[in-house]
Amino acid sequence: MRLEPRAASSLTRSLSLTVLALAAALVFASLLVMAAGANPLTVFWLVAKGAAGSQFAALETLTRATPLIFTGLAVAVAFRAKLWNIGAEAQLYMGAVMTVVIGTGAVTIPAYGLIPLIMMAAMLAGALVLLGPALLKTRFGVDEVVTTLLLNFIVILFVSLLLEGPLKDPTGLGWPQSEKVIAEAKLPRLIKGKRLHFGFVLALVAAGIIWFIMKKTVLGYEMRAVGHNAEAARFAGIPVNRVLAKTALLSGGLAALAGFSEVAGLKGNLTLDLSPGYGYTGIVVAMLAMLHPLGVVIAAIFVAGIFVGADAMSRSANVPSYIAQVMVASALLAMVTAMMLMRYRIRWR
Amino acid sequence: MPDTAGDEAETVLRLAGITKHFGALTANDAISLTLKRGEVVALLGENGAGKTTLMNILFGHYTADAGRIEVEGRPLPAGEPRAALAAGIGMVHQHFTLAEQMSVLDNIVLGTQRLFRPRLDRRAARTRIDRLARDYGLAVDAQAQIKDLSVGERQRVEILKALYRDARILILDEPTAVLTPMECEALFATLKKLVADGLSVIFISHKLHEVMAVSDRVVVLRAGAVAGTRAIGETSAQDLAHLMVGAELAQDEVAPATPGPVLFALANARTRSYGGAGLNGVSLELRAGEITGLAGISGNGQAALAAAIAGTLPLSAGTISIRGETMARWSPRQALARRLGRIPEDRHATGMIGDMSVTENVISEGYRSRRFSRLGILDWAAAAAFARQIIAAYDVKCPSEEARVRLLSGGNMQKLILGRALDGDPEVILASQPTRGLDVGAVAYVHRRLVEARDRGAAILLISEDLDEIQALSDRIIVMSQGRLSAPSARGARSQRDLGILMAGHGFDEHGSASDAA
Amino acid sequence: MEAFDILLTASFWAAAIRIASPLIFATMGELICERAGVLNLGIEGIMTAGAFAGWFTVYLGFDLWTGVMIAALTGAAFGLLHGVLTVPLGLSQHVIGIGITLLATSLTYFTYRLLLPEVSSPPKIEAFQPLAIPGLSEIPILGPALFEQTPLTYLAFVSVAVVAWVLYRTPAGVAVRAVGENPSAVEAQGISVSAVRIGAVMAGSALMAIGGAFLTMSAFNSFFFEMINGRGWIAIALVVFGSWRPGKALIGAILFAAFDAYQVRLQQLTGGVIPYQVFLMMPYILSIAALVLVARRVAYPKALMVPYQKGER
Repeated sequence: MRLEPRAASSLTRSLSLTVLALAAALVFASLLVMAAGANPLTVFWLVAKGAAGSQFAALETLTRATPLIFTGLAVAVAFRAKLWNIGAEAQLYMGAVMTVVIGTGAVTIPAYGLIPLIMMAAMLAGALVLLGPALLKTRFGVDEVVTTLLLNFIVILFVSLLLEGPLKDPTGLGWPQSEKVIAEAKLPRLIKGKRLHFGFVLALVAAGIIWFIMKKTVLGYEMRAVGHNAEAARFAGIPVNRVLAKTALLSGGLAALAGFSEVAGLKGNLTLDLSPGYGYTGIVVAMLAMLHPLGVVIAAIFVAGIFVGADAMSRSANVPSYIAQVMVASALLAMVTAMMLMRYRIRWR
Repeated sequence: MPDTAGDEAETVLRLAGITKHFGALTANDAISLTLKRGEVVALLGENGAGKTTLMNILFGHYTADAGRIEVEGRPLPAGEPRAALAAGIGMVHQHFTLAEQMSVLDNIVLGTQRLFRPRLDRRAARTRIDRLARDYGLAVDAQAQIKDLSVGERQRVEILKALYRDARILILDEPTAVLTPMECEALFATLKKLVADGLSVIFISHKLHEVMAVSDRVVVLRAGAVAGTRAIGETSAQDLAHLMVGAELAQDEVAPATPGPVLFALANARTRSYGGAGLNGVSLELRAGEITGLAGISGNGQAALAAAIAGTLPLSAGTISIRGETMARWSPRQALARRLGRIPEDRHATGMIGDMSVTENVISEGYRSRRFSRLGILDWAAAAAFARQIIAAYDVKCPSEEARVRLLSGGNMQKLILGRALDGDPEVILASQPTRGLDVGAVAYVHRRLVEARDRGAAILLISEDLDEIQALSDRIIVMSQGRLSAPSARGARSQRDLGILMAGHGFDEHGSASDAA
Repeated sequence: MEAFDILLTASFWAAAIRIASPLIFATMGELICERAGVLNLGIEGIMTAGAFAGWFTVYLGFDLWTGVMIAALTGAAFGLLHGVLTVPLGLSQHVIGIGITLLATSLTYFTYRLLLPEVSSPPKIEAFQPLAIPGLSEIPILGPALFEQTPLTYLAFVSVAVVAWVLYRTPAGVAVRAVGENPSAVEAQGISVSAVRIGAVMAGSALMAIGGAFLTMSAFNSFFFEMINGRGWIAIALVVFGSWRPGKALIGAILFAAFDAYQVRLQQLTGGVIPYQVFLMMPYILSIAALVLVARRVAYPKALMVPYQKGER
C-alpha cells in the first residue's frame, strides 16, 4: 500500500472521518463496558447526563475544561513548531508554585494589580522550565521529549520538597500542602455559589490570542514554518533556534496558567494532587483539536465532559471511571489516524 | 524481416503495454520493450520522459495500471521487488540503496539468507563476493563501512549486490551521472564482461555519446511513450537526439557576456565537511553580467560551497565580500539583505515547505519587510497578491495561491523558487542544480531566466553536475574537486575531456588551485 | 559507615543489579525499536501493562513463567498497534507513542479495578525467589551481587546477549539495522520494510513488558498504580547514552542503577539534613546530564523517526 497526498479534503470528508474516529473510540469503549457486565447505552447515557445533564454537571464540565484549555493550547503551540513539549505537567506545577509564592501574602496589593502580577510570574516560571529543554535541543542536540518527560518527575519532587519545607502550611496538620492564597489573589466565581471561575474566561481569551498569533502574526508564521520544515525555514532566513526558544516560552507560559487558574480559581492552595495529569491530557486535547487554538476549547470541553461524566457514571453503574481515560486515549489514536486520512488517500497498489 | 528462431538470441525480458498514471500525469503510455540474452539496451530520454518510472515498475516498486511483464517467458507478478529479484532482475538505482553505517558485506547479503537463521554465514558470503569482484573488476573492501566509500565504490557495491543474487538482467539507472570519465570507462569494461557471460543489461541514460558507446540497441522514450527503437549500427547521435526531443528544440545560442565589476568574492574559504567534502581553501570572484559555471562530481564540496554562500554553513576560515566590502557576519538574512538570490540544490528539503501554501512559501524570505508585515502582523492580502504575481510572471501551474506546495510538480516548484529568488532583481545569484530532475521545457525555461538575469547585470554562480548544462550556459567554467577550485577557463577553452580530467582531481597543484588545464 | 564504603559492600551491588534488571529489559526493548527506526514512546504504558498482565496471570494460579509469557504477549500486542499506526500509516511516532502509553496505562487500571473491585490493599503473589548459582555465588562481593539474584535478573542479562547476537550476527538483525539506516536498501533487496519494522517494534515491546513484569513478579510481589514511575523514559535516555549498542546500554543501565542504589543509602547516611526529594531527583537529573554529555557525539540510526513509503527514494 502507499499513501497519496490529496489536493484538498472536502468538509464532508473531514467531518465524516471525525465522526467515524470518535465512533470507533466509542465502540471500543462499549466492548470494555460490556466486559464489565453493563449495558453500553445505559453507561454512555449516564456519562452524557453526568457531563451535561444539569446546570451543575455542565458547570462542572467547564470547570474541568479550564486547565485543559491552557495545557491544550500549550501543547498545540509547541507541536506546531515541532517542539515536543511533553512536560506541560511540570510547567503547570511551576505556575502553581509561583501563584502560592506570591499569592499567600508575600505581596499585598489590590486584586487588579496582584492577579496580573501573579499571572506574569507564573507564566515566567513555566516558560523557564521549558526554555531549558529547548536550549538543550538547539545547543546540544538533546531530544526534548526525554528531557521534558524527566522534568515532570523532577518538578513534582521539587514541589513535594517545597510543600514539606518553605511552602508548608503551618496549620495543615502535617499534610504536604501550602497556605491558602489571600482574597486579593483569588479569581472570582462566575456564578455565585458555583465552582466555575474567572479562569475559564481567561482560558477563552488565551485561545483567542493564540489563534490570532498563529494566524496573523510573524511569530505564528515563523513557528509554523519551522514546524513544517526547519531546514527550509533556516535557508529562507528564519532564525530557527530563536523561534524555538520563543515557542518554548509561549508554550511553557500557557501551561503554567493552568496551574495558576487551578490554585487561584478553584483550589485556593497547592497540593501534590493539584493536577490529575492535566499536562498529559493536554496532548490529547491538542491533537483532537488538530492543533487549532479554537478547536482546543471544544476538545477540552469534550474531554472534560467525558471525565466528569464518567465520574458520575461510575458512582451509579458498576464500571470503573478509568473508562474515561481509555476513551480519551483511544479517541486520540483514532483521531490522529482520521487526520492522516483527510490528507492522504490509501492506495493498495 | 520475419523472426526466425535459432539465429536470434533468446528473449529474456518482454514488457508489453506498460501504462502508469500519477494523478493527471501519464508517466508511461503503453510502453513495450524486449531484451535479449547478452544484449545491452539503452533506454534513452530526457528527464521526465518516464525511464525511471518504467524501471521502477519492472522492479516492483510501482505497480502498472496496465500492461504485462514476462521474464524468460514467465509472467512477473506486479508490485513485488522480491519477485523481480527471484526472477533474476537486479537494479542499480540512481540514488543508491545502501545502509551507510553498515559494512559492504552486510549490505550485499541483506535479504539473501533465510531471515530467521540463527547465524549469518559471513564467511561463505565473503568468498563469493571476493570472487565476483575479481571476475568482473569490481574491487571493493567487503569489510569497509559504506560511509567510508567513494561514490564509484558505492556503485560497485550496488552492482555486486545484483551479481551476488545471480541477476541475469541488470538495470542501471543513470549510472554515469555520479562518475568521473575514468570511472565510466571502468564501468563500461565491467558491463562488457557481464554481457560476455550472458547477462543482459538495460542502461538508462540521457547522454547520447554514452548510449552510442555501450549499447547494442536504443529505445527512445519521449513524454512517457516509445518514440522509436534503433539498432546502434543503424543510427546516429543526430537521429537519436531528434527522437528524444521531438520537434527540434533549438537551444538558444547564449550571447557572449559583458562582465562588469566583481560583486561577490570568497577568499581562502574553509568549512567543515558538508554533504561530502568541505571547502579546502577556496577563492572565487563573481562578476556582474557573467555566469560562472562550477562543474564537478557530486560530493566534492559543491554542497559546502553553495551552503557557505547561501549563509547556512559558517566559514571556519576565509572571508566573504560583497562589492569589495568584507562581511563580518554572514547568514541567510545577511545574504538576502545584500541582494543575493539563492536557488537551493534540493527543492523539497531546502527550497520549499511542502505543507505550506504557495503564498506562505513565496514570502518566506521577505516576510519581515514592510511590504508583508507591520509591527509583527502579517499582511496576507499583500502576500497573496505577490504569490499571484509570481504565478503569473513565471507561468506556475497550480490550482490557486492557497494550494499546498507539496502538490505541485517539480518544475512548478522550481519556478516558484526562481520567482522568489529573482524578486527584486538580485545582484548575485546562486543557482545550485537548478534544473535537476526537470523536463525539457522546464529546463529551457530556467536557463532562459538565468541568462536574462545575467544580461540585466547579475553575477551568477551556476553549480551543476550536468557538464552539458555547464558548457551551454557558462561564460567561464571552474572545476571543483575535493574542496578545491581549478583556475577558470573561458567558454569553450577546455574540451569536455579536459574538464573530465580536472573533475577526476588531476591537474590541481598542492596549493589548491589548478595548474593550467591538464 | 562512610559514604565511600557503601560502594564496597555486596548488598549495595546486589541492590544495584536488582534495580538495573527492569531497566535492562526496557532499554533492550527500546533499542530494538529504535534500531529499526521507530521511537517507541509507548514504553511507559507497555511496561505498566506488562507489570499487571504478568502479575495477574500468576494471581489467577498460573506459574511464574506463564506470567512472563503473558506479559510479553501483552507487550507485543501493544507493539503491533504502535507498529501498524506508525509504520505503514506513517503517523507521528511522538503522538502515537504518547497515545499508546495513555491507552495501555488506562486499560491496565481499568482492568485492575474491574477484576479486583473490592481490594483495598493489593493482593500478593508468590514472586520469583533468588537463585544462588552454585560456585559462582561464593566469589566474594561479586558472587552475592551477581549470582544470588532471581531468574528474571539472569534473563535480563541473557536478553542483552541475545539482542546483541541477533542484531549483529543474524540475517534478521542485519535487516533490522538496515531498516533503521536506510529503508530503501531493505526494500531493494526484496524485504518488506513494514514487516521488519513492525516485527522489531513487537519484539521490543515484548521485552519492555517483561521489564514491567519484573517489578511485580521479582522486585515486589503485587501491582501498584504508577509503579513504573518514569522507568520507561529513563530507558529511552539510556538507549541514547548507550549509542544504540546493547553492551554500552547495559553498562549505562548498571551505572544508573548503582547511582540509584547509592542515593538511597546516602539518604540514610545523611539522616535528613538534605531533603529526601533531592536524592530522589538525582536519577532523573543524572539522565538529563548524561544525554547532554553524549548527544553531540552519538551516531544515531539515520532513519530514526523517518516514516517510509514504498517506492520512495
